Amino acid sequence: MTEKTTQNLDEVTIRFAGDSGDGMQLTGTQFTNTTAILGNDLSTLPDYPAEIRAPQGTLFGVSGFQIHFGSTEIHTPGDQCDVLVAMNAAALKVNVQSLILGGSIIVNTDGFNDKNLKLAGYPENPLKNGSLGKYKLYEVDISKLTALALQDLNISSKFVDRSKNFFALGMMYWMYNRPMDTTVDWLKEKFGNKPDIMEANLRVLKAGWNFAETTEIFNVRYDVAPAKLPPGKYRNITGNQAVAWGFMAAAKKANLDLFLGSYPITPASDILHELSMYKNFGVKTFQAEDEIAGITSAIGASFGGALGITTTSGPGVALKTEAIGLAVMVELPLVICNVQRGGPSTGLPTKTEQADLLQALYGRNGEAPVPIVAAATPADCFDAAFEASRIALKYMIPVFCMTDGYLGNGSEPWLIPDFDSLPDISTKFRIEAEGFFPYLRDETTLARPWAIPGTPGLEHRIGGLEKQNITGNVNYEPLNHELMVKLRIEKLERIANDIPLATVEGKPEGDLLVVGWGGTYGAIKSAVLREQQKGKSVSQLHLRHLNPFPKNLGEILYKFKTILVPELNMGQLIKVLRSKYLVPAVGLNKVQGLPFKSIEIETKIDEILKGKK
Amino acid sequence: MSTLVEEMLKQTPPPSGVKPSAKDFQSDQDVRWCPGCGDYSILAQTQRIMPDLGVPKHQTVFVSGIGCSSRFPYYMNTYGFHSIHGRATAIASGLKMARPDLSVWIVTGDGDGLSIGGNHMIHLLRRNLDVNVLLFNNQIYGLTKGQYSPTSEAGKVTKSSPYGSLDYPFNPAALALGSSATFVARTLDRDPKHMQATIKRAAEHKGTSFVEIYQNCNVFNDGAFFQFTEKDTKDDSVVFIEHGKPLVFGKEKDKGIRLNGFSPEVVSLKDGKYSINDLLVHNEKDTTLSFILADMTYKSHLPRPVGIFLAIDRPVYESEMTRQIAFAREKRGEGDMKKLLNSGDTWAVQ
Ligand SMILES: Cc1ncc(C[n+]2csc(CCOP(=O)(O)OP(=O)(O)O)c2C)c(N)n1
Ligand code: SF4
Ligand SMILES: [Mg+2]
Repeated sequence: MTEKTTQNLDEVTIRFAGDSGDGMQLTGTQFTNTTAILGNDLSTLPDYPAEIRAPQGTLFGVSGFQIHFGSTEIHTPGDQCDVLVAMNAAALKVNVQSLILGGSIIVNTDGFNDKNLKLAGYPENPLKNGSLGKYKLYEVDISKLTALALQDLNISSKFVDRSKNFFALGMMYWMYNRPMDTTVDWLKEKFGNKPDIMEANLRVLKAGWNFAETTEIFNVRYDVAPAKLPPGKYRNITGNQAVAWGFMAAAKKANLDLFLGSYPITPASDILHELSMYKNFGVKTFQAEDEIAGITSAIGASFGGALGITTTSGPGVALKTEAIGLAVMVELPLVICNVQRGGPSTGLPTKTEQADLLQALYGRNGEAPVPIVAAATPADCFDAAFEASRIALKYMIPVFCMTDGYLGNGSEPWLIPDFDSLPDISTKFRIEAEGFFPYLRDETTLARPWAIPGTPGLEHRIGGLEKQNITGNVNYEPLNHELMVKLRIEKLERIANDIPLATVEGKPEGDLLVVGWGGTYGAIKSAVLREQQKGKSVSQLHLRHLNPFPKNLGEILYKFKTILVPELNMGQLIKVLRSKYLVPAVGLNKVQGLPFKSIEIETKIDEILKGKK
Repeated sequence: MSTLVEEMLKQTPPPSGVKPSAKDFQSDQDVRWCPGCGDYSILAQTQRIMPDLGVPKHQTVFVSGIGCSSRFPYYMNTYGFHSIHGRATAIASGLKMARPDLSVWIVTGDGDGLSIGGNHMIHLLRRNLDVNVLLFNNQIYGLTKGQYSPTSEAGKVTKSSPYGSLDYPFNPAALALGSSATFVARTLDRDPKHMQATIKRAAEHKGTSFVEIYQNCNVFNDGAFFQFTEKDTKDDSVVFIEHGKPLVFGKEKDKGIRLNGFSPEVVSLKDGKYSINDLLVHNEKDTTLSFILADMTYKSHLPRPVGIFLAIDRPVYESEMTRQIAFAREKRGEGDMKKLLNSGDTWAVQ
């Protein structure tokens, strides 16, 4: 055996890449869970094609999973990776440019036969022609070694091919000094009733580990110490799971049944999957015949006294538009969760974007104000869903909860909240018949009473036609309509009294304020931190509430010489900020279906600061 | 812990045991249909039978879409929801799932329920939630002032079809049967007794009841059904189908329907060739027969079938949902949010 040395790293980014049938998402998730339990801070970026099983070996069939972890605070999945695990030639071709100079490539040599090379568009084998000289190249015939590990078991070659990802996982566990227990336990649970499959996968995993330990190819392994996170109990969580749990927590706190009406759509379907597991919490999930039935069934459930929610992505919101207007008019609580993806139309179903903000703000007929809450990180999706539900219930109004594909599928460690200390969002139904009018509003919130069917003496009719103030009877009078439009707007504006003031991360005034919303938080944070370390006068402000804005937003904006608004769209928040606060903000826009790299934001900041007189 | 809804239901015992009257189901709103509109009769019959159903008005909800017909909930002194075009079925589905304790009614039109809302309608029917659908079929778009609808006859001349409509019409009863409905009926605005009896049966049915009501729009499609409703013609043009009874019709009750293979044909009971024993006997539990009867609808050589085509039992959607929840609670225990948050792989940071 060769002498093996161990080095310490503060942080590292690994990218697993292979065919969409190679199980790279599973490999990445397993590595992530193990890493989370070891106490590293982390952030992940799954990046997979829209096709379920794209033709093998092709460039567009490449599926990737990037994890950035460390002993320091981690805000992004990493701009570039330090290590690339490439299961075939196409995976190398697609991902090699995201590898840092001098980074490591671990390839499955079996994935570089003539056919693979041709499909990947390599005129000659890059492993042989020295073109990868800038990197550390580790060549392993993963397919063959996997087959060897399984040779005495009676197992099909198809299965052998499918389990080779566990070999790669085993090697990476050895290299980054991670225990295999979490994955072993997972395999035991997952394949408990298929002992031969479990046994085979376990063997391959361990074979990968043993290979890395014995072979002379690898002579360095790395330690990444636990991060110094705030004390408490942690778990790893994806954005979609966090949204689901946020809604469940809100319903429980409000003592209401949760009703989800939804139609499957990438990347939001996992919320439907997650919630449909919790029947024992009384959660009712309804896979409707379409997006419209998804939201309208939720409105019906809210009318009956449930917390109605609908989950979707942009194209689904387009279909729900008319019903959102109905919910504005009938003033019932409702949350619409939009896990945004690349658009327009079907667009980029599996890629991320934030181009639905204006749709959420303005995408309805008539004056139809809807509050908007946005999540900043995967774990923050829990708080965003909870907050959206709170506003919906308190103000009797439909609320948008905005996340995106990157947040929904990405994950990070989450300091598990104490359920008892979550805010009290209890609500009540109107019961007294005396003095009841369907549209007689609460003086503070302007919410109308929630009077649900089944209550004697409160029989009343609601609907999408304009209401007479107070009585709620159908009314077409000019002045009444104007009054009602204004009341609905004022109700929304009063929410500003009930949300936290915006806070600046960094100095409260200076040369540059970077204003963001949604899933760009981590990338902006990393860029701003580096600027601050360079001594630059740069601060960050990230918006949770986009409608209404926090009351102090204008005040803060005016304290900075320049405002930079990075967005994964062609400039949507910036339009609203400019028109509302008349600030000469500068945009940084990217629409590639991918999150920002923090370096892109840092470069833009440097550019702005340089150009400053 | 009981939910807020359960607490509300406990705190509010139903009002005194005095049986309500039809008047109790009338709201204080002025009814605004055109004078002479068939909708008036449907409203009156519905209000008349409501007290007999034994469901108090505060536990009754009428949900509608958009159209003349969909104004209906405003005139009922129950809970009501006049929603958006075509979606009443979906709203009612969510309401019924959330609140199986309520008696939920859907009022819709031929445009609302079969055109813009056709998708929700077929899915409601196959799911079989325990709700009642009253589809006011006037074979026209009334509210938008007279365009052809999905039940208008081919060739119909309207404002939007000056050269005649090219669409072949839906047969609502057949559509409902094809969607695996468990209760399918047809009745007439001008036959109050039949309508009352039909709606009552619909209310009693466990599962989705689909009732197509021929309704005269005297402004934009006057007389569309007069052949089936007016004295001179109705007896020879309509066959009332009743469970267990042979299909006899005609002013003199001198005609009947007999099956020739799978095809219904009209036979005379007068010429001595056929007797009542040769006639088709209706069985509302027979799904195959229901298709044969519904298919008579647009055949000019056959009388129009009116009555209950099918009434069968199938598990009710919201009951199954309740059962799954109970099963999950029994198997996994009542959900505990604290436990869930702390479940799975967790670790502590000191
Ligand atoms: C989204 C939408 N599209 C179109 C309309 C216009 N519209 C209102 S009612 C109606 C047709 C109603 O026909 P039907 O359902 O047969 O009802 P009737 O008036 O005949 O009772 C239409 C097209 C609308 N209200 N909403
Ligand atoms: S337009 Fe026709 S359906 Fe509408 S109210 Fe008038 S008569 Fe009735
Ligand atoms: Mg009509």
